[in-house]
Amino acid sequence: MNKIKLTEDLFIYESIKEEAEKISRPSFTYWQDAFRRFKANKLVVGAFILLLIMIFLAVVVPIFSRYNYHQQDFNCINKWPSWEHFFGTDDLGRDLFVRCWEGARVSLFIGIMAAFINGGLGIIYGGLSGFLGGTIDMIMMRFVEIIISIPQLLWIILLILIMKPGIWPIIIAISATGWVQTARIFRGQVLQIRETEYVMASKIFRASNLWIIYKHLLPNAISPILINLTFIIPSAIFAEAFLSYIGLGLPLPMASWGNLAAGGASVIFIYPYQLFSPALLISITMLSFNIIGDGLRDAFDPKFRI
Amino acid sequence: MARYILKRFIYMIFTLFTVITITFFMMHSVPGDPFSLSRETPPEVRRNLEVKYGLDKPLIDQYFIYIKKIISGDFGISMKYKGQSVIGKVKTAMPNSAVVGFGGVFIGCIIGILLGILAALNRGRGFDYLVIIIAIVGVSVPSFVIGSLLQYFFGIKLNLFPVAGWNGLVYMILPIMAASFQNVAFYARMLRANMLDVINKDYIYTAMSKGLNKREIIRRHVLRNSMLPLVTSLGPMCAGILMGNFVIERIFNIPGIGQAFIVAIQNSDYTMIMGLTTIFSAITIFMYFVVDILYGFIDPRIRIYI
Repeated sequence: MNKIKLTEDLFIYESIKEEAEKISRPSFTYWQDAFRRFKANKLVVGAFILLLIMIFLAVVVPIFSRYNYHQQDFNCINKWPSWEHFFGTDDLGRDLFVRCWEGARVSLFIGIMAAFINGGLGIIYGGLSGFLGGTIDMIMMRFVEIIISIPQLLWIILLILIMKPGIWPIIIAISATGWVQTARIFRGQVLQIRETEYVMASKIFRASNLWIIYKHLLPNAISPILINLTFIIPSAIFAEAFLSYIGLGLPLPMASWGNLAAGGASVIFIYPYQLFSPALLISITMLSFNIIGDGLRDAFDPKFRI
Repeated sequence: MARYILKRFIYMIFTLFTVITITFFMMHSVPGDPFSLSRETPPEVRRNLEVKYGLDKPLIDQYFIYIKKIISGDFGISMKYKGQSVIGKVKTAMPNSAVVGFGGVFIGCIIGILLGILAALNRGRGFDYLVIIIAIVGVSVPSFVIGSLLQYFFGIKLNLFPVAGWNGLVYMILPIMAASFQNVAFYARMLRANMLDVINKDYIYTAMSKGLNKREIIRRHVLRNSMLPLVTSLGPMCAGILMGNFVIERIFNIPGIGQAFIVAIQNSDYTMIMGLTTIFSAITIFMYFVVDILYGFIDPRIRIYI
């Protein structure tokens, strides 16, 4: 085959039209764009502010209240809500307003810690599985399938039976079962992104693995994870409530939304207000997290844009 | 196809075996035992009980005996109630759970799917937002709150239905309402998202550019394809129906499987917990298996990869 030498004079340069190439709209990075959409959604911002208020009250109320969460007063038992006791008192005369916010501390802590542990474990496991691929991936995913196929609440109950109820056992039990979902999602992302053209282009330019992980994998895979985490928090709070409800919750006199609601539910026909306040707080929190999760999904995922 | 089914079947058996093993060793690492719960037990009685339940043998031997018994369909007898076998309990309790579960899923599914379709067709308009709100509130309010509220309003305030118990048709209405509430939210949300996903697919554009009638497009192309993922949720859903709903059965005092499980936990009735866990997991795993196979038949796109 004849070799054709490419020389400069073989090419004719097209004059670049400056105007046409100019970017007329301000350019946004991925995160700026997501944040902009997140902000534009009034409902989501509202939910976010509501959550911040809840966290603020959870921190402040138990510090500054006249009552504390375990102080009993046999002179005012089962009092309906009043200016003295905003949410009333329970069967031992404990102030429910303080107990609810003390419970908020515990429940939110459980939810947020569970989300962090789930996220961390899931990303490491799913990332490794997706990145290594082959037989190791197959074995790792088999293991995940086994865990997924045991109903989650049964897992949690069994683990709690072994560890005895407490804040950390509950967090561990919830995390021990929850991380598989995150791992699955993240592995799926890794597999998907690994095959994309931009990663291939990056590889052609001899980018290192670390660069690809940092520059391409994390920014693109993080949004489904983030969305998943906002749904883990309410489900962890719910799991705690569920455990309290079946008698495996935190030992008294500790307060959590779960055991407050369980206590209230047992006397609902006589003192409905005792269920009402913790139930309202749980519902508002779950609602906020769900709205934020939906909002995040809409912000990150172009499919859901109107 | 036959090879695929065989492969899934072997996986299923393997998963089941692993789950049984994990459950067995987890249950045996739980501190304490049911005999120590009841007051003072003389050492001789204790010894006899241990012999009766085979607890005097080494753990490994117990394990193999347990596996052998399970293969022959014997899940053991309750440690708490004389002559109550695990299988017997399941037989009496499962129909009750199934009634509530099936009613809840059936009603929830129909209403949820209808709402989801209407929301997706009216995207961005008032009705859409209404459905979104219903869906988010539905998944945000814990089922024990919904159950208690239903009891309070329909049972106590309006005095329409019995508050709790299990004695004929009128007793089923409130639990089924409570069970269907979350299903409505779940299915409405899922179907809306699926439909919006499908509407943007290329084959819909093709159908539209061919000039097909809009109603026909929605009926034949959009709806069919957006119902498909529902099949995936069928597996865990059926398992859920049979296993019963822990919370709802407890609130309404329904003698179902969920209730039996909670009672077993409170009594530390290990054979019962272990047997029920195994049966629950087996049902779930089997349902996943069935759904996997079904999906291969329903969705031609998956068949290619098999």
